[in-house]
Amino acid sequence: MTQFLFYFLSFVAVSAGLMVITAKNPVHSVLYLIIAFFAIAGHYILLNAQFLAIVHIIVYAGAIMVLFLSVIMLLNLNKDNEPAKSNVLKLAAVVAAGLLLVTFSGTLKGTESIIASQPFDDQIGYVKALGKVLFNDFLLPFEVSALLLLSAIIGAVVLVKHDLK
Amino acid sequence: MTGIGLSHILVVSIALFFIGVYGFLTRRNMIMMLMSIELILNSVNLNFIAFNKYLWANKMDGLFFTIFIIAIAAAEAAVAIAIIINLYRSHKSIDVEDASDLKF
Repeated sequence: MTQFLFYFLSFVAVSAGLMVITAKNPVHSVLYLIIAFFAIAGHYILLNAQFLAIVHIIVYAGAIMVLFLSVIMLLNLNKDNEPAKSNVLKLAAVVAAGLLLVTFSGTLKGTESIIASQPFDDQIGYVKALGKVLFNDFLLPFEVSALLLLSAIIGAVVLVKHDLK
Repeated sequence: MTGIGLSHILVVSIALFFIGVYGFLTRRNMIMMLMSIELILNSVNLNFIAFNKYLWANKMDGLFFTIFIIAIAAAEAAVAIAIIINLYRSHKSIDVEDASDLKF
């Protein structure tokens, strides 16, 4: 059952990812990206990271994609007016990304035998276990990321306001 | 997860990374390039969680890396979209080929 789910989610994630970069209309791309994000969240649940799956859906599908969609509507990009890039550039992109694919596939050698054989605590992906470690061992990175988010908010407002004095 | 090895998940994440890189190199629309970057970040997140589960199943370091990557991705998307809106105001277009003022 998990095997079937894994293959199904992988198929959905990869085909939705392909549709994201091939769709002409940016709105369709955003919708396909949301499907890909849901498939990846399913992968997280299969990998015993339930809290992260929920956070992933809330942050990506709920916040970032809504932001993208609203900007696309705001800038009136929801039509197929993007001129196609030249075939030379497409070929170069295929070669560059394909070489990356070959290199990364080469690094997979030796991982075929690794299966999830270690005993593990099945509560580890829940918010209780995560929160205890987050507010003890990872307190400094947590506070720094809070500062980062604050500075990102202020930076975004400053960038967009044009009559700032 | 019986029968699913680490390499299976790594193949999925490599495929997503490859799709993201190809999209980043071929699209001219800045929002589409940003979406390709999100796809790349997600493949990295999947890698972190898979390695955490398969190699150090009792630790949570991979999960925390993923949490911080998600936070940074949210901040990055907000700032990038502010830059895109600014670019649209000054150039009336978000095509990267039109933003060539710094090119001499």
